Amino acid sequence: MLTILMILLDATAGVAKLGAGLGAGLAAIGAGIGIGLIGGNFMEAIARQPEAVGDLRSNMIIAAALIEGAAFFAMIVCLLILFL
Amino acid sequence: MRALINILLLSGLFIFCNKMSGQTTESPKKDSIESKSPNSKESKFAPGEFMLEHITDKHEWHIITFGKTQISIPLPIILYSKISGWNLFFSSKFKHGTKAYNNFEIASEGSNKGKIVEKFGENEILPLDLSFTKVAFSLFLGSILIVIIFISVAKKYENNPNKPPKGLQSALEPMILFVRDDIAKPSIGDKGYEKFMPYLLTLFFFVWFNNMLGLIPIFPGGANVTGNIAVTMVLAIFTFIITTISANKHYWQEIYNAPGVPWWLKFPVPLLPLIELMGVFLKPLVLTIRLFANMTAGHLVGLAFISLIFIFSSMNPYLGYGVSIFSAIFSVFMLLLEFLVALIQAYVFTLLSAIYFGLAIAEPHGAERHH
Repeated sequence: MLTILMILLDATAGVAKLGAGLGAGLAAIGAGIGIGLIGGNFMEAIARQPEAVGDLRSNMIIAAALIEGAAFFAMIVCLLILFL
Repeated sequence: MRALINILLLSGLFIFCNKMSGQTTESPKKDSIESKSPNSKESKFAPGEFMLEHITDKHEWHIITFGKTQISIPLPIILYSKISGWNLFFSSKFKHGTKAYNNFEIASEGSNKGKIVEKFGENEILPLDLSFTKVAFSLFLGSILIVIIFISVAKKYENNPNKPPKGLQSALEPMILFVRDDIAKPSIGDKGYEKFMPYLLTLFFFVWFNNMLGLIPIFPGGANVTGNIAVTMVLAIFTFIITTISANKHYWQEIYNAPGVPWWLKFPVPLLPLIELMGVFLKPLVLTIRLFANMTAGHLVGLAFISLIFIFSSMNPYLGYGVSIFSAIFSVFMLLLEFLVALIQAYVFTLLSAIYFGLAIAEPHGAERHH
């Protein structure tokens, strides 16, 4: 058990990149779930009231851009890990 | 006239901020995906370096490379060093980063990699670098394009006030009305929105045009303007300054002395005011990062698909041919998505700025109602 830990500790530079990759992937999952929820509710709302499509669409785009902003924070941190 | 002055002021501030961060955006501190062979004359394709070259700012505008010859537009380099004073020369003197000129050279390794350093004996000193780099040049090109388009359209409206719009007017009028009716009026209110319209219009079209210009792969487009954090930071600072200047007493009261909040959150340790103060500075920061990350990520994805071709073809040429079809299709798809993202990011930036302005000049709702 301890030897495995020693071997892992030797690979610290690689572990940092592993962390960066995992972080970026998780951020993508978060963004996907968030925007998927919004998209799903948008579809339901159109089905309920098709004549409000215009209003709903612009609000959906705004919410999607804001969620993507949050995911991009994580992406920038991962890029910083890789390149700094 | 005022639009011209505004755009010139904007460009001046951008160049200034670009210098402040141009020191940091140009070089990767270490190339992680670089080829390891020391004698790589015919160097292996390094995707990390390839991607960073296309994202960061440079001192010359590289157009194309035919084998050994490299065609690029030289840009003026303006340096102030404490030792030799002001230096002004064209970047062609550096011969694409290989030669030194007047003790200046582009450092190829070490902590100052990619920046212009002055060799003084064995030490490398960083001079004050105020050069007219690729991003600054592209900023001016974009601004001149915007000024030409909009001043000509404005003149057409002035000279023929009662004629129906045609040509460029009919292309721009829906967008200008969109900014006024769907961004400014709902966010700021029907009474106070006119003061902010010039800034909102400039912001929207500036971000949109520069996003689109960044997607064109060849000169005069292709410099990653809005993907440069200095540029987006200056835009966010403008929004912050205008919000702060035009804020009324009710706005400051809501932040620092919000009515209805229990007294023990404000005294003796002003917890809520501190959190609100962080929020005041966090909003421009988030605007900065959102636009910067969206544009940079878009470029990186396109570059990654192109790099795939080279990586696979270095293994096996036929594999390269196969991948290049798939890569080309995906690159075109990502480019179309990036067109959409360019417009959406301009819209979101302008909309959030309008919302902050609306919050700043909001009147307390109902003078007779207190929470």
